[in-house]
Amino acid sequence: MAENKEIAISIKDIHKEFILPQNKSNSLKQLAVNMVRRNNKTVQKVLDGVSFDVEKGDFFGIVGRNGSGKSTLLKLIAGVYSPTEGAIGVNGGLTPFIELGVGFNTELSGHDNVYLNGALLGFSRKQMDAMYDEIVEFAELGPYMDQKLKNYSSGMQVRLAFSIAIKSKNDILLFDEVLAVGDEAFQRKCLDVFEQYKAEGQTVVLVTHDMETVRKFCTRAVLINDGKILKIGHPHEVANTYSELNLVEIERDMENKNVKVSDSALGLNIIYRNTENTKTSAYKCGDTMKVAIDYEKKIDFQNLVINVYKLSGEHITGFRVPVESGKLEVEIKTYFARGKYYSLVQAIDSEDRAVGGVVLGPEFIITTDRPTDRPGWSGLVPVEYKIVKY
Amino acid sequence: MRRYFNVKNRAILREMVATDFKVRYQGSVLGYFWAILKPLFMFAVLYILFTYIAPIGKDVPHYGVGLLLGIVLWNFFSETTMIGASSVVAHGDLIRKISIPRYLVVISSSVSALINLGLSLIVVFIFTLINGITPNWSWLLLIPIILQLYALSLGMAFILATAYVKFRDITYIWEVLLQAGFYASAIIVPMKSVPIELRDWFFMNPIVQIVQDARNALVPHETNITIWNTIDNPIIRLIPLIMIVIICVVGFVYFKRRSKYFAEDI
Repeated sequence: MAENKEIAISIKDIHKEFILPQNKSNSLKQLAVNMVRRNNKTVQKVLDGVSFDVEKGDFFGIVGRNGSGKSTLLKLIAGVYSPTEGAIGVNGGLTPFIELGVGFNTELSGHDNVYLNGALLGFSRKQMDAMYDEIVEFAELGPYMDQKLKNYSSGMQVRLAFSIAIKSKNDILLFDEVLAVGDEAFQRKCLDVFEQYKAEGQTVVLVTHDMETVRKFCTRAVLINDGKILKIGHPHEVANTYSELNLVEIERDMENKNVKVSDSALGLNIIYRNTENTKTSAYKCGDTMKVAIDYEKKIDFQNLVINVYKLSGEHITGFRVPVESGKLEVEIKTYFARGKYYSLVQAIDSEDRAVGGVVLGPEFIITTDRPTDRPGWSGLVPVEYKIVKY
Repeated sequence: MRRYFNVKNRAILREMVATDFKVRYQGSVLGYFWAILKPLFMFAVLYILFTYIAPIGKDVPHYGVGLLLGIVLWNFFSETTMIGASSVVAHGDLIRKISIPRYLVVISSSVSALINLGLSLIVVFIFTLINGITPNWSWLLLIPIILQLYALSLGMAFILATAYVKFRDITYIWEVLLQAGFYASAIIVPMKSVPIELRDWFFMNPIVQIVQDARNALVPHETNITIWNTIDNPIIRLIPLIMIVIICVVGFVYFKRRSKYFAEDI
């Protein structure tokens, strides 16, 4: 669609292998042992033939499960690692933020730490002089800059580090999961800066787990799985594929743990209905969702535990209900943020043990961000539920 | 050289050295004086020992000045190589998270040692003047001599720092070698007391050549023993210098080749 866009980062057929640490020679004895048996190296392939381009002005998201190789990819782009094979071309200045406040020294003042961190990130003293006031202002730490960093609260330290990151100006900025810092007001500010980046056409590469961020800010995204590209392109599609991938992985996990999903000894059946008793899987935030469970009770159990997870695997809520007859209906007020969810139901016997495996309920979707009945909702309302019938 | 010390790298180097300078003696009352006091105390102990108790330096002119200078130069060598050896691992957080040129970590530790050396040399000069030696143009020779020592220390530090990433025994081995080297480098024992047939071998140690040259530059005297008036063969004379060049080249090449993998090896 954009033929004349300039390439900011070009990644060509990158392979990265690590030699696993148990065979590393940390001492002469180990070295001697390893030299005798030379060929017992364990090589771990982390990236296996990854190629893509990031164009100037892209807000590029890299997503993937833990251990998929996405952070390794970011470190390769940042120049911290060298690829085993392949080439990475970076066109323009690049500032990586793999961790915030790299090199911070608690014995130095806030002022000195800003200059130290800035220098390590590749800024000259002149450039830091130009950025300094903005950084201090953004961090809201003006009166404390002459104090030693060790006298800062951890929140203040994070704020200072993040302000340096966010106020750094360079052609390309790299961020690794750094958004998960600070209180809500500060996060708000950071998101504003991201919006500004997007509006200005700043080239950003972001590694994240948070699909909301990907959907909201990214112009393009790539999903890395097992060291390969699983999907690349539109952020919504990539985010959806990521969520599906997670669900598959969760099911596989449970099978590995010998927990049977869906088809368990419980003979459970889960259905969601709305207030009009229509079977549906789409709800607005704050809507009442009726979870109807019928079961044959082939084995003896006293309670059912119903857990709700986000599709990304994050646990949202859970509660335990006693059971008597073969039917149960629970009403849940769905104060969940927009996104896809699913439920897992487990049976508990009289001795508090889980029996009969786990049943995976169908997926459901929350379609709006804010509940209709609570306009000022900030996501902190506990989930309400009510047992309708046994 | 331009490429290695551009604006960005100079900024990094300055900040790292400044941090080290500010932090090192934090909270101590005498602060940076310790950098000078340490070699002075060591000098005092050795001076008393070897002029009064076991007087091996008794008939060496200005033994004290030579001893102090030797200790100061040796301290620089031992500090640069010891701190340099662990510098890459000690800055592991930087190396694993940002892509600063790796050699800056080693160089910054050597610059800190160089500052210490400068401070200590001031004390040496004062002590020399007190000893009734008048300033001499030959003092300027100390500049190329110290540069030679710096090159040797830095080359060695690069080798050790690279090896230390993989083999953590290196610092212990080096510490033992340094201890032995201190006695084998004619810091305490004056060259005069070394048997004539062994002197040629002593001078094959670059430190001996450097220390003797420095002593001769500080207090010129025709009885001073240097490599230049001990060994006649012009090629053998150059062996210590050639060794330094080899150590530097090996150090830089080895470091450069391995530094790509520091981030994953630490």
